[in-house]
Amino acid sequence: MIKYALRRLLSTIPVLWIAVTACFFVLRLAPGGPFDGERPLPPVIMKNLAAHYNLDKPLIQQYMIYVGDLLKGDLGPSFASEDFTVGQQIMIGLPYTFTIGTAAFLLAILVGVTVGCLGALYQNKTPDYILGALILIGVVLPNFLIAPILQLVFGIRLGWLPVGGWGDGSFKFLVMPIVVLALPHAGRISRITRGSMIEVMNQNFIRTAKAKGIGPRLTVMRHALKPAMMPVVSYLGPAASYLLTGSLVVESVFGLPGIGRYFITAALNRDYGMVLGTVIFYMVLIVFLNLLVDIAYAWLDPKVRNR
Amino acid sequence: MTHTTKKFLASAMLGTLLAFSAQAATLNIHNGGDPASLDPQKLSGDWENRIAGDIFEGLVAEDAKLNPIPGQAQSWTVSDDGKVYTFKLRDGIKWSDGQPVTAEDFVFAFQRLMDPKNAADYAYLQFTIKNAEKINKGEITDFNQLGVKAIDDKTLEITLEAPTPYFIGALTHYTAYPLPKHVVEAKGADWVKIGTIVTNGPYKPVEWVPGSHVTTVKNDQYYGVKDLKIDGAKFFVLEDQEAALKRYRAGEFDILTDFPTDQYEWMKKNLPGQAHVAPFSGLYYYVINSTKPPFSDKRVRQALSMAINREVIGPQILGTGELPAYSWVPPGTANYGEPAYVSWKDLPYSEKVVEAKKLLTEAGFGPDRPLTAQLKYNTNDNHKRIAVAIAAMWKPLGVNIELVNAETKVHYDQLKSGEVEIGRAGWLADYNDPDNFLNLLVTGVQMNYGRWSNPEYDKLIKEGNAQTDLAKRAEIFKKAEQLALDDSAALPIYYYVSKNVVSPKIEGFVDNVQDIHRTRWLSMKE
Repeated sequence: MIKYALRRLLSTIPVLWIAVTACFFVLRLAPGGPFDGERPLPPVIMKNLAAHYNLDKPLIQQYMIYVGDLLKGDLGPSFASEDFTVGQQIMIGLPYTFTIGTAAFLLAILVGVTVGCLGALYQNKTPDYILGALILIGVVLPNFLIAPILQLVFGIRLGWLPVGGWGDGSFKFLVMPIVVLALPHAGRISRITRGSMIEVMNQNFIRTAKAKGIGPRLTVMRHALKPAMMPVVSYLGPAASYLLTGSLVVESVFGLPGIGRYFITAALNRDYGMVLGTVIFYMVLIVFLNLLVDIAYAWLDPKVRNR
Repeated sequence: MTHTTKKFLASAMLGTLLAFSAQAATLNIHNGGDPASLDPQKLSGDWENRIAGDIFEGLVAEDAKLNPIPGQAQSWTVSDDGKVYTFKLRDGIKWSDGQPVTAEDFVFAFQRLMDPKNAADYAYLQFTIKNAEKINKGEITDFNQLGVKAIDDKTLEITLEAPTPYFIGALTHYTAYPLPKHVVEAKGADWVKIGTIVTNGPYKPVEWVPGSHVTTVKNDQYYGVKDLKIDGAKFFVLEDQEAALKRYRAGEFDILTDFPTDQYEWMKKNLPGQAHVAPFSGLYYYVINSTKPPFSDKRVRQALSMAINREVIGPQILGTGELPAYSWVPPGTANYGEPAYVSWKDLPYSEKVVEAKKLLTEAGFGPDRPLTAQLKYNTNDNHKRIAVAIAAMWKPLGVNIELVNAETKVHYDQLKSGEVEIGRAGWLADYNDPDNFLNLLVTGVQMNYGRWSNPEYDKLIKEGNAQTDLAKRAEIFKKAEQLALDDSAALPIYYYVSKNVVSPKIEGFVDNVQDIHRTRWLSMKE
């Protein structure tokens, strides 16, 4: 398994290099530069800034400088932040994003699997319809709509929770962002779980378990849950990478200092270093999470393990 | 535990401690964007100015109404030719680490500002200082030739290229703040990190969580510390104005530095007296490419300008009552008095439209030959609403407008390279002086997006800037402004307003034309 994991990781290096190279050159094709804005700078200032950031050098030389720094583990400077490098900004924002993302991920699994199982057990009965309708709301309502509604109700009207900010990092500050982030994923997980569980519950080995007189709860927990989780696990990889890379909407609306807004903001600001830094970070994270999903798959399905 | 995690926990603990220790009178300000730096020479935005102006102080400071007052300098004299300023520093001024602030710190700061290697965005604001531009261009490499000299620890002499009436005002800008030479030289680029940075303003920064907030506390070494009513401030990063308003309503913010315009009516009813909308030294305008037919024809430019119903834009389209602009320099600009206005300002709108149609007919346009043009603006709801409305106002003249929007970087790139027929632009004053606006129409200036060129105008601006008598200077400038307006060099649309929301518990908040409100002038009712 370790050999397999290492091989998988090594095989991503060329992919990463191609992505960074493509991204580096495509970014420069975009019209407008990092120092264009409402207030145009005099040519002398532009010249000084270009020299300061090596932007006055031929593109290929800039690329070589970037790759050279990258090999030393340096993601380079950010045009939008003089006091922090790209690497520093990612490392500062990461704990915030990971805290919210991990909690949202676990909440989505807990709610999604529970609701999905209940839906399967009460298939086409009242609880299934009620839960289905509730979950549908979570799936179809975009988070930029849900977030302000929660802020209005729980923050302003009821005054139970802070409207935004990280505060001291205590639970009450994080409840709303976690719920908003988790909701759509909880919905999708519950629908996948429900469908998968219904399919498994109709299989012969479950019928055998029932015939042996095992109760419905034990049947689900001991026999049905594990095989029913296969499609859920394959969804968890992309879900985790989405949640752990942060959300622009959630971080913007709640004013959280995570890394979710970095990519979009940097792309709009032509902050080349930050765009490349986030691309590299996202790719590494996605590769790592996909590897974890594969390992989980192997644990759940002996056929995969023995392949 | 990784280093980052430790730092994260430490910062959270420090934040909590600070929250407890500074709960008494901490001002919570919604500040919009994340500052690029705490180094005053690395800034370019008003949200950065809010922080920088609290933690640093230049030779000259501003009072609550934005009048220049003695800052680190207790007094100054100006030579008869208006070129040499001699500043006497206050006694006992210190950096936050207890080291004295000396004239040498100012010399060091100005030299560093002009150093091309430092690549300061805003260095050009101090190009009025002798040899500043040449040093910044790399034409002079001996920094000692900069017109800033320390006569002794307490005396600073600044020599200008030419008399500059707004120079004292420009010294309130963050590009003129001193730097702690002893710390910058010892720590290099790290001088500005929290824990290392020393400042000379009323407050000092003690915490910065990028993307979240900057926290400041009173600077005990500041000469006026006893007069400070606010213990410190938290400048929150939040660009979502709707979310900011919700946090204000929940009592999490004391001041909002902007708000969604469509909420103004609601705020007037539900938060009476808290929304501050005030004239702001800025102009919203359309540039029109004077080098490109048919826009090279003055009659076409004037017809388009006359047909804009400016009276409805502020109250009805934006909803925040922006004032219609019929001049190039906003009213209330210092050293100027009443600006010049377009000659047709007071005509009823229906007559303006009739006149505009006539002008277009004379220029060869009409029902059989409609005028077709592209109107470009940068993506933003308000810009879109205005562009749609103006296109509709031009429709009765037989003008067909194609609206084209692009993100800000792309839009300004197009403006700069002249790929525009009609385009949206805006200008917020760097310093309170008419020159700041009139300079936008000088031949060859980069911000002259419409490429309008008039030798007579250029001559008048040069002449005005060489004039030391403020009354005469204003007269010359007004002639130039009238020239530009009569020629419809560009289409002024409205004067900007500042938009703040201030909690009733905050006192001392005075609306002013540059929307600068230093924490030192504010107090908080319990």
